[in-house]
Amino acid sequence: MLSWMQVHARAASHAMRRLALQPLGTLLSALVVGIALSLPAAGYVFLDNVAMLARGVSGTPEISIFMVQEADAAAVAGIERRLRGDAGVASYRHVSRDEALRQLERSGLGDVLGGLSANPLPDAFVVTPRGEDPDLYEVLETRFRQWEGVEHVQLDSAWVKRLHALLGLGQSAVLLLAGLLGFALVIVTFNTIRLQIMTQRQEIDVSRLLGATDPFIRRPFYWFGSLQGILGGGVALGTVWLSVHALSAPVESLATTYGAVFVLSGPGLVDSIAILGFAAFLGWLGSAISVRRHLAERLR
Amino acid sequence: MIVFEEVVKRYPGDYVALAGVSFEIRHGELVVLSGHSGAGKSTLLKMIPVIERPTGGIVRINGEDVSRLRAGAIPYLRRNLGLVLQESRLLFDRSVFDNVMLPLAITGHPPRDAARRVGAALDRVGLKGRDKEMPAGLSGGEQQRVAIARAIVNRPSILIADEPTAHLDSAYAGEIASLFKSFNDAGVTVLVSTHDEVLFAAYRPRRLVLGKGILIGDSAC
Repeated sequence: MLSWMQVHARAASHAMRRLALQPLGTLLSALVVGIALSLPAAGYVFLDNVAMLARGVSGTPEISIFMVQEADAAAVAGIERRLRGDAGVASYRHVSRDEALRQLERSGLGDVLGGLSANPLPDAFVVTPRGEDPDLYEVLETRFRQWEGVEHVQLDSAWVKRLHALLGLGQSAVLLLAGLLGFALVIVTFNTIRLQIMTQRQEIDVSRLLGATDPFIRRPFYWFGSLQGILGGGVALGTVWLSVHALSAPVESLATTYGAVFVLSGPGLVDSIAILGFAAFLGWLGSAISVRRHLAERLR
Repeated sequence: MIVFEEVVKRYPGDYVALAGVSFEIRHGELVVLSGHSGAGKSTLLKMIPVIERPTGGIVRINGEDVSRLRAGAIPYLRRNLGLVLQESRLLFDRSVFDNVMLPLAITGHPPRDAARRVGAALDRVGLKGRDKEMPAGLSGGEQQRVAIARAIVNRPSILIADEPTAHLDSAYAGEIASLFKSFNDAGVTVLVSTHDEVLFAAYRPRRLVLGKGILIGDSAC
């Protein structure tokens, strides 16, 4: 009795032989599947690059804590102690009122400040939050605002939220596109398997007469669909990589004009495996539906 | 052992192919089933591997009632039977070797042992060394021999053949008949339907004669 792996190895080799017997048909099917999959795959890679670019340009937002004018050294030390013990704070920097004044003078406002009798600026802390979750920034802002001796807390996270919303929208659009084109892929496989069942009609009938079980007959069709999906996934990956290669020089030039350094990156190993796996799954799904629909009549 | 007990087969439209057929074939017998076209020979043979199920009565193979066999068990029954049909039913996009190999692939034989068995089966039917050829390049008689090699490669205890010589000229038909006799001599139960009883006459087989769905003759009785 053959082991589970041997049985599948035979079915897979049978399916590969079938694919190799029709090189043109296999190529065309792989192209159709590949082009359909390359759109959501390219969208995913694009979003990944945009997210990376946004992280590189902006860094993590900072929260500024301004203390009350009359805060003394003990109050400043108290805030510093609290910041040190706060798990949401990655790092902080104390800007004393004297240092703030000096910075303001250096910025060209020395004449204006010269007319003042006393330093009007308060002590301040510039806080870098831990992580990149916009919700955490808001939690920290609210917490800092409640501390004694704090006059004002400033967090400019609106753009971070907008960016996250835009990326979320993009991800939803890519998911929708992947769903629609995945459905198309399932239909393509469904039809290919239907044709395969028709052309292998005699082989199916003879195999049944010779004692083939239903799984024995079905298995090569499942493999055929999955392999066709993997081939299509390979075409999609190739298309995305070619596009990345073709666009990387113009994108780098564009980034240079903004004084930034940015290298367009293609799908990584995990992403590539995920795309191939997704394609194989869709191929298997199309073949499973087709086998259930068309082979059932022959196996009855 | 093959046992038919009052087997009835009625097709839609109330056409009765078998009207209560009973007989018993013992292990190692050579049986020739004859009768005119439409007598019910093919219907009867199809009930043994459960290609058809009886409308009434019981069919037993080696003691098991196969007339009510669940669908999932049918393939395992067929693996113990050798089937030769009127047309060779070969796969013309596969070599002779691959055609004969098919039953062994289905039962999951190790490749080396399977190759040895295929060689032996082809040797038995006189096609040694022809394993790489494609069926389309063979004569009708040779194609039928490949089908017979495919039927015996799993070493079945029962060999069933439905008009295996129908499309062959008399020389080829005689060779095929002698092949069946040689399998019977080796202990295989052989049940062959034919229009041409003369082919097997020299081997003194048991004769079952069907007429309009009724068993009208049994040389054992």
